[in-house]
Amino acid sequence: MYGNDFSAPNGATDEASGGLLGEVEAAEAELRAAAARGRRGGPAPDEDLAAYFAEVVDAEQKIEPRDWMPDAYRRTLIRQIAQHAHSEIIGMQPEGNWISRAPSLKRKAILLAKVQDEAGHGLYLYAAAETLGISRDELVQLLLDGRQKYSSIFNYPTLSWADVGAIGWLVDGAAIVNQVPLCRCSYGPYARAMIRVCKEESFHQRQGYEILHTLAHGTPAQQAMAQDSVDRWWYPSLAMFGPPDGDSTHSAQSMAWKIKRFSNDDLRQRFVDMCVQQAEILGLRIPDADLRWNDERQAYDYTQPDYDELMQVISGDGPCNRERMAHRRAAHADGAWVREAAAAYAAKRAGQKETVAA
Amino acid sequence: MNGPFDFTLSLADDALIAAQRLAEWTTRAPEMEEDIALANIALDQLGAARLLLSYAGELEGAGRDEDALAYLRDDREFRNVLLVELPNDDFAVTMAKLFFLAAYQLPLYTALAGCADERLAAIGAKARKESAYHLDHGALWVKRLGDGTEESHRRMQAAVDQVWPYTHELFVADPAAPVDPATLRPAFDEVVGPVLAEATLTQPGGAWAPAGGRAGVHTEHLAYLLAEMQVLHRAHPGAKW
Ligand SMILES: [Fe+2]
Ligand SMILES: [Fe+2]
Repeated sequence: MYGNDFSAPNGATDEASGGLLGEVEAAEAELRAAAARGRRGGPAPDEDLAAYFAEVVDAEQKIEPRDWMPDAYRRTLIRQIAQHAHSEIIGMQPEGNWISRAPSLKRKAILLAKVQDEAGHGLYLYAAAETLGISRDELVQLLLDGRQKYSSIFNYPTLSWADVGAIGWLVDGAAIVNQVPLCRCSYGPYARAMIRVCKEESFHQRQGYEILHTLAHGTPAQQAMAQDSVDRWWYPSLAMFGPPDGDSTHSAQSMAWKIKRFSNDDLRQRFVDMCVQQAEILGLRIPDADLRWNDERQAYDYTQPDYDELMQVISGDGPCNRERMAHRRAAHADGAWVREAAAAYAAKRAGQKETVAA
Repeated sequence: MNGPFDFTLSLADDALIAAQRLAEWTTRAPEMEEDIALANIALDQLGAARLLLSYAGELEGAGRDEDALAYLRDDREFRNVLLVELPNDDFAVTMAKLFFLAAYQLPLYTALAGCADERLAAIGAKARKESAYHLDHGALWVKRLGDGTEESHRRMQAAVDQVWPYTHELFVADPAAPVDPATLRPAFDEVVGPVLAEATLTQPGGAWAPAGGRAGVHTEHLAYLLAEMQVLHRAHPGAKW
């Protein structure tokens, strides 16, 4: 891989990522099995389209781009996939902030490759959204105009090298917990995209974990850097799962359509339970005095993130919203003349070929 | 220059500084696909730099590893050509730098692959495949921009004019080196001439040939690049990362 050493880090096995990679593989096997079972090729000529759609979804088969689907299902998917794609692209910025200063050449290579992976996820997801009848250019414009959102977590600043580790461990970790169920999403192109994305995210999570592990076992200054970073990223990471179930507007319908499989709070709980053990191995403290095992619930009790802060960040007033958007708009605007040149060159080439053919 | 250590270090520094500059494009490229492509090329350069720096450290025999060489030398100890340390400027300048560098590195690594030093030969054999891709990528953009729109033509010609003088340093003779850079000039000219012509660009003339990088006398830009690259590593002496 690019001549660099990307071997799996010590002490960070699939257990460290809560066995999530195993679940991705199970979802992939299920997807293959569903494809092998095949579904009826399509509705009969006089059959109710909505009934056929419901039958496919209920049978855990996949809806494909050519199939009839309810308008609201299509709209929901476009919004969700596009916002996911935007998050990948905007999410490159906080970590990209440390590429030039990475403290070793090995870390520089791993980080550069990671940020590059996120760009790949963005492209892959835009392509999945395009199967629903909207173009990437339109979606990018919606982002640039501020009419579609991206994950609020990327509006927080990366202030130290340890933040690169914390983003990998917590943010990629939360992303995987969120996304693993999407590998079973009823819309085929999204489910398939998520399998590939989740595999790479689990790699990112391990790399982040390993950065923190190294820092937490390093000099006192490195240990302090790691703890400070976890202190700052813990609650924003919990907020990544969205508002509490009672306040979540889209959940019930998305569950019925099998776009979503678990509630925000269920996923958040799962993430907390996964992180507690890992934090112990890391030797880092989760900044929650009320975090404790609840034997009855067989889960950890924990302090909820500040949902008012989440709403404030979503509405545009987080620490870095303005910078993130300005950066993306500037890159887009600065590149306009290059994209125009590429299009003009391609058109000239096509013209020449036609002339030759004629 | 003298000895295989200096030669290896000069190649390593070219690759390292080129990687650092290319990586600055991450999240800023004109297209998302190009963001990925530039990161790919940066990773290739970084990979080659790491192999070369590690080998240079072994040749020196003073216990310096890749990170000691990358992070703990000052600008006067860096041996890269000036071309790679020049700021990215606009996309046309970056592509001019990429294209000229690749048109030099491809014959360089190809020759290195056949040299007597086994380690250098192995690095050359690996890196030349990557350079061939860098050259294709750079040449394609030089053509697209040169023969694209009026604006892109103007910018690409300005970029070629701006960067061209720095190409001469690539070929300063060093007869004692495992590969004498002077011998690479014909291969470079053979590639560059036709691409510029196809791109409807004029190959600059002029006698100005800035140099000094191989002797550690750089532009004002390098010290800033190193200050940023080295700041964290140097702030924690002896720490592991
Ligand atoms: Fe991602
Ligand atoms: Fe990721």
